[in-house]
Amino acid sequence: MTGILRSTAAAWVPRGLILFLVAFVIFGPLANMLLWAFTEVWYFPAKLPIEWGFAFWERVFRPQGNAMESLINSVLIALTTVVIAVSVSIPAGYALGRRRVPWRGIILVAFLLPQAFPSVAVHINVARIFYSMGLAGTFFGVVLVHTMQGLVFSVWISTAAFATIDHELEEAARNLGASALRTFFTVTLPLALPGIMASGIFVFLLSLDEFTGTFFVGVPDITTLPLLLFTASMEGNYQIASITSLILLVPSVAFMLIIERFLKADVLAKIGN
Amino acid sequence: MNTTQKAAAVVFEKVSKAFGSVVAVNEVSLTVEPGTLVTLLGPSGCGKTTTLRLIAGLEMPTAGKIFIAGRDVSLLPATDRDVSMVFQSYALFPHMTVLENVSYGLRVSGMKKKQAGEKAEAVLAQVNMPGYGARLPSELSGGQQQRVAVARALVLEPQVLLFDEPLSNLDAKLRRQVRQDIRELQQNLGLTTVYVTHDQAEALAVSDSIIVMRNAEIAQKGSPRDLYEKPEDIFVADFIGDANVVKAEIVRIDGEQAIVRVGVIEIPLPHRGLTPGEVDLAIRPESVQLSNGAAGDALAGEVLKATYLGGHIEYTVATPVGELFVIDPRVHMMFSPGGTVGVSFAERGVTLVHP
Repeated sequence: MTGILRSTAAAWVPRGLILFLVAFVIFGPLANMLLWAFTEVWYFPAKLPIEWGFAFWERVFRPQGNAMESLINSVLIALTTVVIAVSVSIPAGYALGRRRVPWRGIILVAFLLPQAFPSVAVHINVARIFYSMGLAGTFFGVVLVHTMQGLVFSVWISTAAFATIDHELEEAARNLGASALRTFFTVTLPLALPGIMASGIFVFLLSLDEFTGTFFVGVPDITTLPLLLFTASMEGNYQIASITSLILLVPSVAFMLIIERFLKADVLAKIGN
Repeated sequence: MNTTQKAAAVVFEKVSKAFGSVVAVNEVSLTVEPGTLVTLLGPSGCGKTTTLRLIAGLEMPTAGKIFIAGRDVSLLPATDRDVSMVFQSYALFPHMTVLENVSYGLRVSGMKKKQAGEKAEAVLAQVNMPGYGARLPSELSGGQQQRVAVARALVLEPQVLLFDEPLSNLDAKLRRQVRQDIRELQQNLGLTTVYVTHDQAEALAVSDSIIVMRNAEIAQKGSPRDLYEKPEDIFVADFIGDANVVKAEIVRIDGEQAIVRVGVIEIPLPHRGLTPGEVDLAIRPESVQLSNGAAGDALAGEVLKATYLGGHIEYTVATPVGELFVIDPRVHMMFSPGGTVGVSFAERGVTLVHP
């Protein structure tokens, strides 16, 4: 009996240690961020903040501070990006996933290209082109840059989602008298929807976090939260940076909750299939 | 529900289907009489499933004509054909409930939701699945899913019902039950039914008539009894049931009969257009009769193997014409391996076959 106890204890000690390390690596930086968000004064060699308070929150949300404007910008840009990316990737994913498209591989790789090169190089050139087209510093210009980056995810995931649908299901619908269009809307699209939703989440989060493209195309007219975060960090203002990061969490979590309400967990779980 | 008056004939006139350079169906002509169940039987890749899909309109013929109820439907798309198919995978829509699945065909044809639902319920009851309407297909067992697939096909009261290997995803015990259910349903409703399988026992059990296919062509068609007792050639003899194929010789033709010499014995058999000379003889295992010792007009055989299987005994017997596989229902007596036996042939189950 004691032998069993000892052996289970022996097994659990290293496991516990590993779990603790993993938790520390994940939650350590997050905890640090939380501490900074509520810090007034904190300097070396103090282990914890010397003075706590909400002074910097007041500064962030002050009417002349641009945190709220950036937040609204970020969310609007992200939502528009999702709408555009998804409306492109539904037909594209259907064609690439279910039809015989010539150059299929090359088309799929083309969507990856913007990610394949150093992003600064890509965005400097995009910015130059956008300047000449008058798109620089506009809402739509920033949305386009985000869409370019998001399409690789949404098109690839949608293609996979459409490709995995059993052909016999569409044939069954046709056999039961449904037209091609009806088959698409009642069978194919609903079955691809979990994948498309997942791609939407990816694109939303990607757009919300996007920095480089926004920096080159949007600044100074369009400010988003990541830009605000960058400015604050560069000024060494960790409080502002931490608070901005926390604000950045709000739309991400809200979006995921909304998606989760529409999609039951068991549907989400099928994305991998 | 009575669909007898709707049952339609299916006629193929020299229908071919090629996928690129691969010919899947080659100039096939066939007729499925109204209200009968016809099985397309053959090894995988013989073109039986393509033939079924041609009837459904899921494939278009590259040549030839297809008629359903006398109407040329050769180029009519699947959507517009009055043909329902039960797919091998059942192809139930996983995002719809059982009731939504079954009423899908009615809904797309414009029926009101309530009416379609009531009709779907009625058909679900008919296939012994009442009260399952609210479930998702993923919550059902394989056998239940299959019945839902049948209900979904039946609810449209089709002119022709198609089954693509309907038992292949069921476990062995359930198969016998389900094939009886399918046969019963088909006979009660008087539905014209085409059934694809590669399992000869299944084909023999459910069919009014069987079409054996090989290499995109029809090898033989006929009633189950015809195919089993009078196979045209070695392929059919071997594919339907077990057959011993031995070399024999036609000594002479006597009217309809050929006098065939097998080893030391001579037996009269229908000549089937064959001429004197060496021929192949197909002998069913249960048509080989074993007796004690080599007596009179029997071949001398030596028992190589004997296996007791409860209902019957299986023997492997060496004879001058080759090794024979024998099924003997007389389980109370058993010839021991190494013993000598007399081998003769029954009247039925012995046929001349074309090579």
